[in-house]
Amino acid sequence: MIAESPRLSDVDEWGRSERIRALARRVYAPVYSHWFRVEWEGLDKIPTAGGALLVGNHAGAIPSDAPVIMHGVETELGRRVYGLADYFFRGLPVVGTLWSRAGGVPARPDNAYRLLHEHQELALVFPEGEKGPSKPYAKRYQLQRFGRGGFVEIAMTAGVPVVPIAVVGSEETMPLLWQIPQLARVLRIPYFPVTANMVLMGPLGLAVPFPAKFRLRVLDPVTFDVEPGRERYPKSEVLEESERIRASMQHALDDMLRRRRSVWFG
Amino acid sequence: MTETSRRVLVTGADTFWGARILRALEGDAAIEMLLGLTSSAAAGTFERARLVCTEPTYSALRGVVCSSQVDTVIHPAMIVGSVHASGHEIHEANVISTMNLLAAAGTSGSSVRHLVVKSSSLVYGSTREDPATFSEETPRSDVPRTDVERSLVEAEGLVDDFAHDNPSATVALLRVADVLGAHIVTSITKNLSRPMCPCVGGFDPLVQFVHEDDVVRAVELATRHRLAGTFNVAGPGRLPWSEVAAICKTRRLPLPPVRPALAMAPLARLGIFDFPPELDALLRYGRGMDTSRLVAAGFEYRYTSVGAVQSFAHRLLHPARSARAPLSAGTAPPPRPRSRGTPAPGRRRGPRREP
Repeated sequence: MIAESPRLSDVDEWGRSERIRALARRVYAPVYSHWFRVEWEGLDKIPTAGGALLVGNHAGAIPSDAPVIMHGVETELGRRVYGLADYFFRGLPVVGTLWSRAGGVPARPDNAYRLLHEHQELALVFPEGEKGPSKPYAKRYQLQRFGRGGFVEIAMTAGVPVVPIAVVGSEETMPLLWQIPQLARVLRIPYFPVTANMVLMGPLGLAVPFPAKFRLRVLDPVTFDVEPGRERYPKSEVLEESERIRASMQHALDDMLRRRRSVWFG
Repeated sequence: MTETSRRVLVTGADTFWGARILRALEGDAAIEMLLGLTSSAAAGTFERARLVCTEPTYSALRGVVCSSQVDTVIHPAMIVGSVHASGHEIHEANVISTMNLLAAAGTSGSSVRHLVVKSSSLVYGSTREDPATFSEETPRSDVPRTDVERSLVEAEGLVDDFAHDNPSATVALLRVADVLGAHIVTSITKNLSRPMCPCVGGFDPLVQFVHEDDVVRAVELATRHRLAGTFNVAGPGRLPWSEVAAICKTRRLPLPPVRPALAMAPLARLGIFDFPPELDALLRYGRGMDTSRLVAAGFEYRYTSVGAVQSFAHRLLHPARSARAPLSAGTAPPPRPRSRGTPAPGRRRGPRREP
């Protein structure tokens, strides 16, 4: 190999830049600790080495759970987290680039496999997909369908555990009141929310979430008793595991909601 | 090598890649006979290789293949950039030529046992739905929309058919990433050699390059080791377009994300920049490839993706090719070649057609 001069940027092959990520953490730190006052439970259950698929419940019209989980794990454990999300972000000028530099990766099975298996990184995914944040406030903390269990299949193939995380507080940060499908179609976005924030603050409501208290509970990692590396696993097995994880998360959410005294103070 | 001496036919001796590969193979003592196909008198001179004049679409090649008893055909002549060729020309050059070549190679009485085809990573396309890394098996996410991509996908289909119809032949299909180097001229090298280079506003895609020397060496390896299968040829690693521009010391000129080609049209018409449709997609979403398969087959890259850009930039910024001066920071870069007709000193000009 011919000798090279040092790189001029620190962008890795996923588009992530540790410099920009560090900047994002610095900007987000006050939001994390003073606005949402995030508290974790069982953070030690997240593996400190090796790949693992973090799985959370997704909520709030423009969800704050992804940055909260990424920020929390990266500051508390000192491990990188890549956030898997709809490729829709990648098509947006500026936003897509920043999203990618800050650790966003389009959620595709082959991307997830490479992250988890070859690079042994932590990846965060929300199996509900857009069905989580686009559900009305009346259905808060009711887990939607977990896709087709793809996340389980990825973890099985990659031979890594799934670490479920139950998040309470996200639903109240941006309660979704209505959707405007016509506007979503015109703007070519998955859904266009009208939130309580927008009713109170106007357009500013798109950017400012309510200061709900965040509590996160990391559940026991789920490992699968299957041989990794296979392309496909029996659907029955995959859906069963997926349903089991969903049930354990719903159970944890219900428990955390029962213990919660106040939306704002936890 | 291990077996008896080889008789090798290379297409496109009058194109950049054909000539480069012929010159590289001339040094190979295991090759007993080296033929180059050319459709124009413009082909250069070669020491050992003999040139055979053919019709541009390689019709009526059967006689050449049978009488010369070639056992290896190398096909590097496909067009992989749509700036200097119309849709029709691209179709003729990529689909029809390949079809005729493979028909001749597969005819009864032909002794062709090895085929090496140089295709392009363009067959993967470039969309927002794409994976970060394409392995050789990853299908493209959309139907090909540009002429050059459509023709390459079709040509690869013909190569597959050939492999299927001639199970005893080894067929190596090389999917080559965007190439940089000291001699090659592409839309990308042209844009990067200006004081400003186009980018699509708000996008900073990850791109992957391969050095031209590595491409020639990959073709040599595929020929020598009789590789069979599809192989990505791309320097390891990838880098954002902003970094490419920074290494080449050129500023990025952001185009509107909506219809950038339209905004670019006047400058492209003046010949200042190239902005073919396949570049539009690349400058939004980029493209990454898995390079492990060719490495497992015994190939060693001399240049990473970053290394290829740095090597290109070095030639660009120091065209005199004097003693290797370090890239001086803070001083103005030397004047760059302005027009297509005048190559920089120390740069041999690649034939117009490639890529």
